[in-house]
Amino acid sequence: MSQTQARSNAVSPLRRILNQGKYESIQMLSNGEQLILAVVMPLIALFVLTLTDLVKDVADRSIDAAVPGVLALCVISTAFTGQGIGTGFDRRYGVLTMFSTTPLGKTGLIFGKVIAVLSVLLIQVVLICSVSLLFLDWHPNPWGIAPAILFLLLGAAAFTALGLLIAGTVRPEATLAITNLAWILLAGAGGVLYPLSMAPDWAQPTLNALPSAALGDAMRDALIHGQFSIAGLIFLILWSAVGSFAAIKLFKWS
Amino acid sequence: MLRVLESVSLKAYPGQVTTLLGANGAGKSTTLACAQGLLQPEGGTVELLGQNPFGDNPELRSRVGVMLQDGGLPPSMRPVPLLRHVASLYQKPIDIDALITRLDLESFGTRTIRRLSGGQKQRVALALALAGDPEVLFLDEPSAGLDPQSRQVVFDLIAELRDAGKAIILTTHLMDDAQRLSDYVYIIDKGCTVAQGTVAELTARAAEDQDTRPVSFSAPAGLRLPEPPAGLHLEETGVGQYRLDGVNSPEHLNWLTHWWLQEGILPTELNLQSRSLEDVFLEIAQKEGRA
Repeated sequence: MSQTQARSNAVSPLRRILNQGKYESIQMLSNGEQLILAVVMPLIALFVLTLTDLVKDVADRSIDAAVPGVLALCVISTAFTGQGIGTGFDRRYGVLTMFSTTPLGKTGLIFGKVIAVLSVLLIQVVLICSVSLLFLDWHPNPWGIAPAILFLLLGAAAFTALGLLIAGTVRPEATLAITNLAWILLAGAGGVLYPLSMAPDWAQPTLNALPSAALGDAMRDALIHGQFSIAGLIFLILWSAVGSFAAIKLFKWS
Repeated sequence: MLRVLESVSLKAYPGQVTTLLGANGAGKSTTLACAQGLLQPEGGTVELLGQNPFGDNPELRSRVGVMLQDGGLPPSMRPVPLLRHVASLYQKPIDIDALITRLDLESFGTRTIRRLSGGQKQRVALALALAGDPEVLFLDEPSAGLDPQSRQVVFDLIAELRDAGKAIILTTHLMDDAQRLSDYVYIIDKGCTVAQGTVAELTARAAEDQDTRPVSFSAPAGLRLPEPPAGLHLEETGVGQYRLDGVNSPEHLNWLTHWWLQEGILPTELNLQSRSLEDVFLEIAQKEGRA
């Protein structure tokens, strides 16, 4: 084994993953549809929620109620829909197989995608927060900032795993349809942008366990009330674990 | 699950081009995928550079280059940035600028891969396989879709890599390619290796089996063909293209020229073929078919 190591022509694992992350990020950002999904739609959601009274009961001011949900929506756009569609088509075109013949390997490929998701998410968060702070007079609860970052990362983990699960098991056209439809349904009625308190009482425990609702509610608890949502933490960890396990078991590379 | 491979056994050495030759669907690409470690066979053993190629093994991957049959190229990328990215995964990549010039990738460098022709995609896929300056190179149908000029460039490159000591394993269904490139050939049919040897060995062996020299010639189309002596078969294979099979003595040639003399035929082209790899292949395929 040591002889093999000595003769390796691969750069270090970290370098490989960072290079792949940069490549995947550029791929994501250079795609027009993905940019609309990642940047334009969340901005529209931000303005609609702020300028209407859709979330007026959630916090004292509409903007304070809107931003946490829009940040959660960014996670779903990038980690689930955008990344899922990209991976589905990479699989169709044999790009995953091609990269698995390089020193990157399957592990490097997955971590590269995670880095790309985090990079694009960082850009989205900076953009949404900047617009909200500079133009819409957003006042986040300072105690909630650290928990919010944690929940964004946990949400990214859960939705990346679920996106990979779909991209790795069905045809890319189906991935496109499923992840886009899921985005619309979750954004509209999945507890992302506003809490599901209007749903019937008996359905609420189930609906609140959705990864979208868990993320949306945890973000609102953090950034509006400065609270740490234990339920959100548990649900998101569970979704990440189940999603990752299923993706590892069921993912087909070609 | 469909069983594609039955019984395949092969070895490839540094400084040699080892070719898997077979018809479409014979199991060449599947054999290659097993050898590369991309597909785990149900039984048997596979060793690549003395190691088990299955599973994630970046060190091994860094020494092996693979050109996939369908390329595996991301359609929205441009060829050169993609090549530079793949090269960035290796400590000592090949001289990328020289490779770009050699394969003339700049000539279509501004286009995305989606908009390239089949031959251009082939050149990009070959460049990717070479990016890490590999010790072992797997090429699945490397000349498919290439125009004659790029074909020559690719063939010269393969010969140079062989001379530089690389182990090259390629598949092809084109006899001509196999004959021109290979040091050692495995003929694959219905998932089995049915013959193996150097091109010279294979053609010589076939010549021993059946000592005839097919004669082909070009002459005016639609000639009325005479009845040949026993053991010979004369037919017009294409418009104005004729072939006499079964020739194994000077008398047979005498019969042919006698006919030309009588009819006043002067062929515009005349070929007394030594056996080609194609003949070997066809014979094997026929035997298999009969078996």
